[in-house]
Amino acid sequence: MYKEICEKYAPEKDNLIYILHDIQDNHPQHYIPEEAVQVVSEYLNIPTNHIYGVLTFYTMYSTKPRGKNIIRLCESPPCYIKGSTNVLRKLKTILGINTGETTKDGMFTLELCSCLGVCGNAPIMMINEDVYGDLTEEKVEEIIDKVRRGNQ
Amino acid sequence: MSLKRIDLLICCGSGCISAGSLKVKERFLELLTEKGITSEVNIIETGCMGPCDYGPVIVVYPEGIFYKSVKPEDVEEIVTEHFLKGRPVKRLMLKEEEKLVASQKEIPFYQKQVKVALANCGFINPESMEEYIATGGYEALGTVLTTMNPQQVIDVIKASGLRGRGGGGFPTHIKWQLVHDLESEEKYIICNGDEGDPGAFMDRSVLEGDPHRIIEGMMIGAYAIGATKGFFYIRAEYPLAIKRIRNALKQAKEAGLMGDNIFGSNFSFDAEVRTGAGAFVCGEETALIQSIQGERGNPTPKPPYPAVKGLWDKPTVVNNVETFANVPTILMKGADWFASMGTETSKGTKVFALTGDVNNTGLVEVPMGITLRELIFDVGGGMANGHEFKAVQLGGPSGGCLTREHLDVPVDYETLKERGAMMGSGGVIVMNDQKCMVNVAKFFIGFCMDESCGKCSPCRLGLKHMYNILDRITKGEGKEGDLEELQNLGETISKISLCGLGQTAPNPVLSTIRYFREEYESHIRDHSCQTKVCTDLFHFMIDKDRCIGCSLCARKCPVSCISGSREDKYTISQTECIKCGNCQDVCPVKAIDRIPGMHPDVQKQLLEKQNTITEEE
Repeated sequence: MYKEICEKYAPEKDNLIYILHDIQDNHPQHYIPEEAVQVVSEYLNIPTNHIYGVLTFYTMYSTKPRGKNIIRLCESPPCYIKGSTNVLRKLKTILGINTGETTKDGMFTLELCSCLGVCGNAPIMMINEDVYGDLTEEKVEEIIDKVRRGNQ
Repeated sequence: MSLKRIDLLICCGSGCISAGSLKVKERFLELLTEKGITSEVNIIETGCMGPCDYGPVIVVYPEGIFYKSVKPEDVEEIVTEHFLKGRPVKRLMLKEEEKLVASQKEIPFYQKQVKVALANCGFINPESMEEYIATGGYEALGTVLTTMNPQQVIDVIKASGLRGRGGGGFPTHIKWQLVHDLESEEKYIICNGDEGDPGAFMDRSVLEGDPHRIIEGMMIGAYAIGATKGFFYIRAEYPLAIKRIRNALKQAKEAGLMGDNIFGSNFSFDAEVRTGAGAFVCGEETALIQSIQGERGNPTPKPPYPAVKGLWDKPTVVNNVETFANVPTILMKGADWFASMGTETSKGTKVFALTGDVNNTGLVEVPMGITLRELIFDVGGGMANGHEFKAVQLGGPSGGCLTREHLDVPVDYETLKERGAMMGSGGVIVMNDQKCMVNVAKFFIGFCMDESCGKCSPCRLGLKHMYNILDRITKGEGKEGDLEELQNLGETISKISLCGLGQTAPNPVLSTIRYFREEYESHIRDHSCQTKVCTDLFHFMIDKDRCIGCSLCARKCPVSCISGSREDKYTISQTECIKCGNCQDVCPVKAIDRIPGMHPDVQKQLLEKQNTITEEE
């Protein structure tokens, strides 16, 4: 499977970031396992330590298994000023996890991220590729409920 | 696009999408089909219109009626009342001092704005190249390629006084001239769309709202410097921007506006999109180049500058999205027109992202030299919820805080720098009197500390050290001499860091110490946070006169530190309180207040703890 993803790209070093994105997006647990790094290393003919160097540098990659839905709550000042800490507290309570953790049913992973560029509607979070704005504690509950139902 | 009776513009910028504009669009489609009037109404998905606070916003032409905060439930009323009966829905229009503002151009938010880079944002469908061309798009490129030589293009840009809009404000023509003058088989041009400054979202909006403009600007630049290959480096957090640019590139290539011998000239050009993977430092040009090459985004020392030795060691120009967005208009309307706006050293217009405690959050484009007062109070509509203005953070984490006394300062590159702030990418975070400046400074340093790539030690270690000191201060453990150490560290880090991130990261701390010194001092000496933000430096008190003894607070306290009875009323055991604020939220008679300063009990406990530590030593 990893080999097939690699072969979509020319075996050049500058494609590393895309190959890693592709592998992570296609992995059911949204992460980049060790085996994949091996395959990429052989395909691009670059050492695994270089790949890990890149992998761990960028915050969007994960080397640990994650949930089906990834929640990224913005922790930048405009969101902070508009009350993102309350939203975070609420998210932690409804999901029963801390930041960086995954729910037991494998449904959600909660992460913090820097500015998502929708500051006009702060506080903001992204669930996968969808942006949710003007968050309040009540709204968060609704959204999580909806995503949960949509996944069943 | 056929001519129809009504044009319905729905803002589908990320802000409005996050507020639900796609659902509104769906509902319109549904209802128009139901009523059988799909042939009378054009639904156009536009890019960001600016006033994100009112999202989702729609505008109905020919009248130009502006509706705000439209929900799917409102759609039926708009269709039956406005579209069918011709009676605009007053309930959804903007009210300004009790007066109804019907049309978009009458809204005060738009009045002081001059749109150059944002000219088409929120006006055309960003997924249609035809609409861009209908507004005069690609005309500048055609003129340049058929009637001008590269040096003439650079001369026009030089005369216009255009400076980089990404933060540094480096004159665009100097970069272009440098690369133009170099002999090289291959030269590259890169559009920097790695907009990471918290509170800045203009690049995202232009990429999403008017992608062809940036492509055209880049191609004019490429022609001027002699590049045949371009890259759009866009951060992965902006999936919609990536999609729109890819789509626009495909359209341009299909139409022959990109490729070999464009407009029958000798100029050939190709461009592609590259994405990041979540690293703030990649907005720094040398780090960005490393990232495109498939490396960690570590900056490299300058010189050599990218103009000399850039992508794959070839001469490279890196320009910001907004810079490119200005280029086509400058060539069409002339350098004199552009240079007639702005101040002596800062020409043209600048897009600002207004966020924070201001009424009209969103994207605005104003001539350079406008005062902060006009920007925040006229365009921004003043402070939200009746609070007082306290400070404004300009230029994101690299910028600085300015105060009330700077409100009449003109916004241009030099003036802001003199006052300890900077233009940056144009993020304007407005803060009211409820914000603690020490906490804000700590927050910004924390951000830069997390985002430091770790390559050079002043930034890696110095920022961490600054953060630790600030953290101590906000916990009531500040010492005499902390401020001097912070200033000392900050100045050193600014001087000796490798790249722009480290060089500018101490700015928020240095500027807040400069303008809000007494606030720092009250944190350090009195262990008191006057704004009641730093949790260790205020405490909750139940006012026994107001308390009705309902016990709600005691039941909601997660650490059970509230006790009492209906007769004796309730009290908080201060040493156990974790300051979660639940009690204050639930109190039905608002008998619980936040009092600045540590409670004497807590202070005593802290002293005892410190004493035992020193005794042990």
